Amino acid sequence: MNPIFKHGPSPQYRLAFVLFCSAILIFFDYKTTSFELARGYLQSFVSPLQYIANTPKQMMTWASENIISRQKLMAKNQQYRLNEVVYHEQTLQLDIIKQENDHLRSLLSSPLRIELKKMVAKVLSVDSDPYKHQVVVNRGAEDGVYEGQPVLDALGIVGQVLHVGQNSARVILITDISHAVPVRVQRNGLRLLASGSGRVDRLVHNFVPHSADIKTGDLLVSSGLGGKYPEGYPVAKVSFVSQGKSRKFVRVHSTPIAEIDRLRYLLLLTKLENKNSGIPKKEKDSGGIH
Amino acid sequence: MMAYNGIIILFTLLIALMATIMPMPLSVEAFRPDWVLIVLMYWCMAVPGRVNIITAWVMGFLLDVLLGSILGVHAAAMAVAIFIIAKNFQKIRNFSLWQQSLIVGVLTTLYHLVVFWLQRSLIDVTFLMSYLYPVLTSVVLWPWIFLLLRKVRRHFSVK
Repeated sequence: MNPIFKHGPSPQYRLAFVLFCSAILIFFDYKTTSFELARGYLQSFVSPLQYIANTPKQMMTWASENIISRQKLMAKNQQYRLNEVVYHEQTLQLDIIKQENDHLRSLLSSPLRIELKKMVAKVLSVDSDPYKHQVVVNRGAEDGVYEGQPVLDALGIVGQVLHVGQNSARVILITDISHAVPVRVQRNGLRLLASGSGRVDRLVHNFVPHSADIKTGDLLVSSGLGGKYPEGYPVAKVSFVSQGKSRKFVRVHSTPIAEIDRLRYLLLLTKLENKNSGIPKKEKDSGGIH
Repeated sequence: MMAYNGIIILFTLLIALMATIMPMPLSVEAFRPDWVLIVLMYWCMAVPGRVNIITAWVMGFLLDVLLGSILGVHAAAMAVAIFIIAKNFQKIRNFSLWQQSLIVGVLTTLYHLVVFWLQRSLIDVTFLMSYLYPVLTSVVLWPWIFLLLRKVRRHFSVK
């Protein structure tokens, strides 16, 4: 049944054909945004594969979580209880401070801070493509995820949603080479741009003038400019400043606060529809995290 | 496609895809072999009438979707690598295992370089030696994959 001389077009024609297809795809995917919708469908189409590929890891985690000694559990429990007391006390204070802050802001007639809704998502898979820093999470359009949604972990800003599928979504990380976050130095409010460098442990800051007051160890928080990321969340810590006078600008590097290489649970923030633009509301439910 | 146990080919390719996206510790992540490419190479060598450049392109396209890279990049690289196999399968079949391993090494290097060149022309990426680590593991893995898949092929008499 195996013919020695094959039928059908020769390999050269096939190669030319598929390379042509690739060129068209690359052009449309890269140069235009017309593929966003198609990407969403494709993402939902392949998400079963991602879920299956994730099962071995999930089983391992399940095993390591279930097979644990009683002693360890008790010790952990104790720790959590202590933490709870501390955190509870802090929330009490936070509520009061929030009210006071709202009050002061209303006195100054500046806009109130917008309450954010939070959704917990789990990381499904981390890409093995070394050119991209992206992760896939187990929430999608059905859970209300939208494109451009800011993503955090317990420590700081992680990135934003890039493509949304039916029940999974792709998150681009702040360390991706094509990504940048507007930040400010917490100490003095100096505005900077934190661009990804393609390395997990480094963000770079371009065009920092020599007069800028910045030094190693400064905390960089999101500035809220650009409207993508909410204001005031930690992003990175300055790790390297080089004042070479021969250069036009200072070279500044920083390390992300979030554990970009150890992501497991993420928070997706949703802006609540709040139409107060200067006139603050008196009554606000102080529920905290929902 | 389904005649003569073609579903087995599909099944092995799906497993290879899953192995490519399976989460792994960061220390071994860079050494992840190119599962899809190796499995495609075997099938293209063994049953060139069934698995050809079009199959390779489709698998590369799926990989693009799974990895979130620009659509068509991995597809093109995969098609180029499999083209060389499809052109020379009668010669490569007769090589010994370690000679085939060397060819696998050359082709996986070509594959990674094509991916890098395409990415380089689109976005600003820099070359790191670690991008070629998968070549090492692929070369080491080839004899075992070859023997395993041959067993699979003979057992299910895939033609």
